Amino acid sequence: MRGHLVIFMPSENLAITWRRIPERYRLTGSACETCRTNYFPTRKLCPKCRRKGKITMKQFSGKGKIYSFTEVTSGPAGFELEVPYLLAIIELAEGPRLTAQVVGVGEKDVKIGDSVEMIFRRILEDSPEGLIHYGYKFRLLKKVSI
Amino acid sequence: MVQSVGIVGYGACVPKFRIKSGEIARVWGEEPERISKGLGILEKSVPDVDEDAATLAVEASRNALLMSGIDPQAIGAVYIGSESHPYAVKPTATIVAEALGATPELTAADIEFACKAGTAGIQMCMGMVASNMIRYGLAVGSDTSQGRPGDALEYSAAAGAAAFIIGRERQEFVAEIEATYSFTTDTPDFWRREHAEFPSHGGRFTGAPAYFRHVMGATQGLFEKTGTKASEYDYFVFHQPNGKFPLEVARKMGIDVEKVKPGLFTPVIGNTYSAASPIGLAGVLDIAKPGARILLTSFGSGAGSDSFAIRVTEGIAGKREAFKKVGWQLADYIAHKEYIDYGVYVKHRRKLKSM
Repeated sequence: MRGHLVIFMPSENLAITWRRIPERYRLTGSACETCRTNYFPTRKLCPKCRRKGKITMKQFSGKGKIYSFTEVTSGPAGFELEVPYLLAIIELAEGPRLTAQVVGVGEKDVKIGDSVEMIFRRILEDSPEGLIHYGYKFRLLKKVSI
Repeated sequence: MVQSVGIVGYGACVPKFRIKSGEIARVWGEEPERISKGLGILEKSVPDVDEDAATLAVEASRNALLMSGIDPQAIGAVYIGSESHPYAVKPTATIVAEALGATPELTAADIEFACKAGTAGIQMCMGMVASNMIRYGLAVGSDTSQGRPGDALEYSAAAGAAAFIIGRERQEFVAEIEATYSFTTDTPDFWRREHAEFPSHGGRFTGAPAYFRHVMGATQGLFEKTGTKASEYDYFVFHQPNGKFPLEVARKMGIDVEKVKPGLFTPVIGNTYSAASPIGLAGVLDIAKPGARILLTSFGSGAGSDSFAIRVTEGIAGKREAFKKVGWQLADYIAHKEYIDYGVYVKHRRKLKSM
């Protein structure tokens, strides 16, 4: 609150936040050129090919499908204003699965297999005077790509 | 202008939630009919709790990028105009540039000039593109504006964004910007001090000496600079703090009000501040035919107006059709809505002290 002593308590190390910006802001991950496996989040080593693997940067399209989902009614600190919200495992079009919120819809509006696309939203703020963390969430795909 | 400059892609974004003027009037004991008729606003957009000027700017910019078909790495400048930047110190422009994949070889900055910061960004990009400093520039107007509870502004202060990618290759244009003219004075009609949560304004003073003088001054100046007159334009987009002022400008200047209505969105989404006239332009570009001429005049309190003479090019048809299949046009955002009551609105805008 304004006027009170504010102690800067980051939710994670600033350098880690900074390093994860490309993957959080625009879904940049990795691919192994040897076995053609895509990875998200970013990997430095291919767990299948080990030293024979060749990891390169992979830009994901942001398109995917709902693999599974749940409605969160009792969220963690920082999500009090967002409950109830949908948390889903999204299977990206390029293969990897990730966990993310699906926004703009309720539990009754979605089903497993629905097409979704990545959007950019606020995830969390450390405190009223702290850093704002932005990143990916998903919404139902209204338009199907040509 | 020696070097031609134009819009190679544009996009908009309006949050999903709406609150009706009547619902706000009910809480403050006003007559709903009198308010919505008096302001010409039926409902306004409200951002979700995880949306702010940066997220709206990113979504509008991604739409613009998708329409333009250019490589984000070719963007040499990003300017974000807003009066609700999420940080007091730390640019919104870097967040947008990073989210688009335009970093690191570019210049970026936030711009603030009440409701005209978005068009100021367009002018900055025009200058840099025309002088060959950069190949493409991105200018965005984005706001999640706030009105003090119970104040007249609460009925209009809304959220939205519009983004324009400015380039110089004529074959890439969806519309050419033929000329621009600005009219600026120091006029204290509206302000917000550092740390203040809500803006203060001069009530009736925001009309004649502020909005009307500057909007009409810039529009008249553009007519004279280009040697054109009202009848030569097919559409007029004026800054729209409410649903009435833009139509009033048209009446005062002898402009057919039917040419103003296609670019007037405040009655259904409210005043989106820095995004207001840019969203109007995006909406007109969504329907205009090649060859159509558009006159855009923004207004920012404080006060100033930027006027633009824009001619829609042949290139618009193909890019617009292709974009329609994959992206959201302004009409999609306007149609995709969910109404909330004042209680939920208070939560969304964190208007309670304990939030």
